[in-house]
Amino acid sequence: MTEPLLSIRDLRVTFATDGGVARAVDGVSLDLAAGEILGLVGESGCGKSVTAMSVLRLLRPPARIEPGSEIWLDGRDLLALPERAMRSIRGRRIAMVFQEPMTALNPVLTIGHQIAEVVRVHERASRGAARARAVAALEQVGVPDPDLRARQYPHQLSGGTRQRVLLAMALVLHPAVLIADEPTTALDVTVQAELLALLADLQRRLGMAVLLITHDLGVVAELASRVAVMYAGQLVEEAPVQELFARARHPYTQGLLEAAPRLAPRDGPHGSGGRHGGGAGRLRVIPGTVPPATAWPSGCRFHDRCSAAWDRCEREAPPSHAVDASHRARCHLAAEPERRAALPVALTGSVR
Amino acid sequence: MSAGAEPLVEVRRLRKVYALSGRLFGRAAGSLTAVHDVSFAIARGATLALVGESGCGKTTTGRAVLRLVEPTTGRIRFDGIDVLALGPAPLRRLRRRMQPVFQDPYSSLNPRMRVGAIIREGLVIHGLAEGAAADARVRELMAEVGLRPEHARLYPHEFSGGQRQRVGIARALAVEPDFIVCDEPVSALDVSVQGQVINLLLDLQRDRGLTYLFIAHDLAVVAQIATHVAVMYLGRIVEHGPAAAVYRDPIMPYTRALLSAVAPPDPTARLQRLALVGDAPSPRAAPRGCSFFARCPHPRKDAECTRTVPALELKAPGHSAACIKEPPRAPVDGLIPPPLIPSVLDGDDIHR
Repeated sequence: MTEPLLSIRDLRVTFATDGGVARAVDGVSLDLAAGEILGLVGESGCGKSVTAMSVLRLLRPPARIEPGSEIWLDGRDLLALPERAMRSIRGRRIAMVFQEPMTALNPVLTIGHQIAEVVRVHERASRGAARARAVAALEQVGVPDPDLRARQYPHQLSGGTRQRVLLAMALVLHPAVLIADEPTTALDVTVQAELLALLADLQRRLGMAVLLITHDLGVVAELASRVAVMYAGQLVEEAPVQELFARARHPYTQGLLEAAPRLAPRDGPHGSGGRHGGGAGRLRVIPGTVPPATAWPSGCRFHDRCSAAWDRCEREAPPSHAVDASHRARCHLAAEPERRAALPVALTGSVR
Repeated sequence: MSAGAEPLVEVRRLRKVYALSGRLFGRAAGSLTAVHDVSFAIARGATLALVGESGCGKTTTGRAVLRLVEPTTGRIRFDGIDVLALGPAPLRRLRRRMQPVFQDPYSSLNPRMRVGAIIREGLVIHGLAEGAAADARVRELMAEVGLRPEHARLYPHEFSGGQRQRVGIARALAVEPDFIVCDEPVSALDVSVQGQVINLLLDLQRDRGLTYLFIAHDLAVVAQIATHVAVMYLGRIVEHGPAAAVYRDPIMPYTRALLSAVAPPDPTARLQRLALVGDAPSPRAAPRGCSFFARCPHPRKDAECTRTVPALELKAPGHSAACIKEPPRAPVDGLIPPPLIPSVLDGDDIHR
């Protein structure tokens, strides 16, 4: 990979809770190159969103970014910057879109006003010029009648249009990095498809780097060029998208891929004969749930849910092994490949 | 489903109209037809999925079938019983046989009750068990849905989302229903946990012969469980048939667009999206004729589509769609229409 644009180094974030210290993000190192879309996937509670919030330094106590963590952009460690300097980076160099477009917009201000405000806070623009930039930004994200829409309030817009408005607001200052946290999860499927196509198109045209946080492997397959998988506060696998979907090495990644629902209806005489859906065949799932961040398991944090685990996994935390130049996996199987041969088919073959 | 079998649930020309009272933000009040002449039947042991985007009326339909909202007109028969004719006491007795499972088990479980008590409540109310027998039954139910006995002493907030959904299912099962309306039961859950809950629902259906009305917006999830699918748009069913037929040979352009919008978890897949223009119109101002006309990508759509509301017609055996531009796929003349789509409606099924 070329020189990264954004580089996260050994990020550790803790939360002090009644139940003890939660190590929500525990030693994450991740590079984002200019012009790439990196998908960050994992179940809820694995630390994806906390990682993203750390990059923008939006976390508030009891969250704490531990000393030794670094986040580099433009040759500077963002975690060492004074808040004032950080403020000029948010929006201008790194922007973020969130899942819930209604709560991210102010209900009593027109959307044109809200986008123009972003411009005026960061640049010495006149009211009129900022307004023009807002309308242009709405046009860029495919909002029809941008002049009219700019004069409307959030409640007058559909969910899909509101999400476009948030995208316009994020892009109005041409940031180098866009962090999109579940940007389409709250939307209907047809609207979601439009938004994803728009995001891909804008990324190509503007050459932004995008950190795309999602639990949806379909979204990752469609948009991402590279994928990083998080589990229990750590990165467990990282690879180019085609490589990851074809040759996932970590049993957690394999489990996620197998659990992803597919459109094909279940085989069998559905509705055509006497047999009904029940028992037609169970889905592959990952047993159990993500453990609480206050008590990550010893050794490999996935060992108690892993069908490939052996005694070493319980004892010893695996390092992140390089499978090849662009593919890493935090699994002892990468160091003991001969064990893979003894595993059940589901974990050794490629995933459907 | 064989033609002679009596369906467990039969819904005919169900309609729910909400009066909009007063003036809302200066707009004159009117009425909103959330569910418009919806008819379907579900055979014993089958799963009918009601799919569509937000606002299409699928949740209202599900609640109306359970009489959690009162339908404006229509007929609902459950195991031969005219549900809408029942007074409060017989309705309460019938409710034991038809149970809901909701999307967010957190807001549907009393936060101040231990989950053992939540599951036990229905047993006692319906006089099915009490005392030690009820406690034993609660333990059995918890085991059946994959919860441990010690979980009975915990409160809902102490569970993960997937476990809370198991509590919701155990509560529904406690009264030994024949029929469960599942309203988006897995959409708030992580992918791997979604699979666990779907598997549980499939196992319960196989073991207990349950019949499901499964309401969901995610077509990939629906594919895992449905035997039959009904697609709703703006309060009407626009396509209905066996799951395999609807997924493999969708007739309505809307169904095709919904299916094409789902991104498969496969980066090598070539997406051929059927794009829809704009958002769904508000049910408050439903257009004349085919309600899908404005967004419809059908190459032969014309003014004829705007004249009358297209009827849901058989286009292939057991498979019907509401589109005047789609000719039948297979000869359907001489076929006896299945009880799913009553072609002749008896009388005026009006209840007030």
